[in-house]
Amino acid sequence: MSGAPLSGPSQAEAALAAKTVRGGWLLSLPALVLLAVAAVGPLLIMVVYSFLLPGEYGNVEWGFSFDAWTGILFTRDVFDDTLRLEDAHLSILLRSVNLSLLTTIFTFAVGFPTAWFIATRPQRQRALWLFLITIPFWTNLLIRTLAINEIIRAEGLLNNILIGLGLIDQPLQIIYTDTAVFIGMTYVYLPLMVLPLFAAIDRFDMRLLEAGYDLYATRFQVLRRIIVPVVKPGIIAGSILVFVPALGAYVTPRILGGGKQMMIGNFIELQFGQGRNWPLGAALSVTLLVIVTAALLVYVRFANREVRHG
Amino acid sequence: MSQTIAISAQNVIKAFGHGEHAVRALDDVSLDIRKGEFFTLLGPSGCGKTTLLRLIAGFEMPSGGTILLDGADITNLPPNKRPVNTVFQSYALFPHLTVAQNVAFGLEMLGKSKSEVSARVAEMLALVKLDHLAARKTSQLSGGQQQRVALARALAPQPKVLLLDEPLSALDLKLRKEMQIELKRLQLETGITFVFVTHDQEEALTMSDRIGVMSSGHLQQVGSPKEIYTRPRNRFVASFIGETNFLPATREALGYRLDCGIVVQAPASQAQRVTLTIRPEQLRLVPEAEGDVPVKITNLVYFGTDTHCHMSLPDGTEVVARLQSPSDGESGLQVGQGIGLRFLPGALQVLEE
Repeated sequence: MSGAPLSGPSQAEAALAAKTVRGGWLLSLPALVLLAVAAVGPLLIMVVYSFLLPGEYGNVEWGFSFDAWTGILFTRDVFDDTLRLEDAHLSILLRSVNLSLLTTIFTFAVGFPTAWFIATRPQRQRALWLFLITIPFWTNLLIRTLAINEIIRAEGLLNNILIGLGLIDQPLQIIYTDTAVFIGMTYVYLPLMVLPLFAAIDRFDMRLLEAGYDLYATRFQVLRRIIVPVVKPGIIAGSILVFVPALGAYVTPRILGGGKQMMIGNFIELQFGQGRNWPLGAALSVTLLVIVTAALLVYVRFANREVRHG
Repeated sequence: MSQTIAISAQNVIKAFGHGEHAVRALDDVSLDIRKGEFFTLLGPSGCGKTTLLRLIAGFEMPSGGTILLDGADITNLPPNKRPVNTVFQSYALFPHLTVAQNVAFGLEMLGKSKSEVSARVAEMLALVKLDHLAARKTSQLSGGQQQRVALARALAPQPKVLLLDEPLSALDLKLRKEMQIELKRLQLETGITFVFVTHDQEEALTMSDRIGVMSSGHLQQVGSPKEIYTRPRNRFVASFIGETNFLPATREALGYRLDCGIVVQAPASQAQRVTLTIRPEQLRLVPEAEGDVPVKITNLVYFGTDTHCHMSLPDGTEVVARLQSPSDGESGLQVGQGIGLRFLPGALQVLEE
């Protein structure tokens, strides 16, 4: 609807087109207002707070300070006021990135064959499989995470079965480890990987496989040179949908990590709660945002790089 | 003239499904395709022609029989091990690659050097006259251009045989005519054996060196376009290719007695009960007294260049003659008129069934 036709528009048509464009801008105003109030506003508050001083009982005191920002990675020595690298903070950041990456890779490794399987079923079966994939969404995340807890805890289902089968003597200590957080996140985010992959594979023209084999490609070459590049939009979408919320995960590490294996989300919550350091919480939130944005930019650029040919 | 054989299908059977529900798409088909010829598999949809093509390509494995390529058994080779390339009905171009990258694909998979690939790609694109579009994505091309990319891509690795699965069916009539000529040119220039699948009899007649007519999983007749048209072996071939008239008859000592009682001459046959066939353009209308058979005109249909004259024999058998329209368009014939039908010598053919 936008823009005037290229060849010989009458003045009336041009005026109408211009009016339509102006009208279109006006119509998008509610969305713009909502975006300003709901996205840009809070972001600004977060940035401003990160440069303020912590109040004694939470909240902030007005006064400019970089302390929150240095506090992300350093602690100030009580006696000589020098800055020391804070290992605990660094390990939380690293653990968050590591676990999120691992979750993304693993959900892809499991999700791709799953999505392929569903997309290659007959039309009627497909609906059933997709329905099964979405069933977990019907239950509250907290309940589902507690259910995982029930399975992997020391006296849980998994350990009881393994001991019952005589495979192990002592229960496996899975709960409250990074492994537990990883298992929980993989379970929670798997559908978010499968659905966009399915959408991409569903659009994939299976006749391209025959064309590939016909042109002397091996199975692996067909996968790498044809399937992956063609369904790449789905791979990118799925990876983003898993990586971004995984990096900011709160419930899963809280319940399955037991408060010891914190991720950024828990660390931020701590600052607004017991930590009573709102500026640090705000600075960490901005940091999280920056990490996510940077990761996405690098990833999308990398993924969109054309395959070079001779 | 002795010619070597490129593809030899021997007693090939292909069944789909199992047990009672098994359907034989190909039922004991044997066929030799000569090196360097333009061979067409012609038949209605579901006759097994595409199945035979897919067996040669290696996309399907036969339930029985063997397929030889240049004398070597390729029956159990996967498609990526066969020096045979396919032009798909849907083209199946790689949407993420440019025109040049599509054409280069097969060569790269064969491990050719970069310089060799780029030289060959340039050569192929020049051959199909697409040099100027090398950097385009295939989605930005017209149907005819996509067709040319598909051809260049399949020809680039210099296959021993090029398989074409109804490649022209998606094009409009004018483009189809152009591509028919183009395909014939490519085949002559490259010297590669073409195996072309189509349900379009006109396409088959104009392009092929030889045609294999198929129906319900059987090869009905193999021959040059002229042989197939002028000497169809059975009723199916006669009716599928061009229009024709069928006259049931019984063999006698002096010729064949038509059901209306008149005896006519036609080539010898073993069978007692036969069907004689004659093309509409081979029928001549003469005054009633001079004809081989007296007939009555039942309908006249004017087609411009010619007029179709529908007639009935004394026993009710319907025949159609195609007459060239006179310059003033008036044939001088009338519906209901009695007239004589003359069969030109050699025009009547005997069908086996």
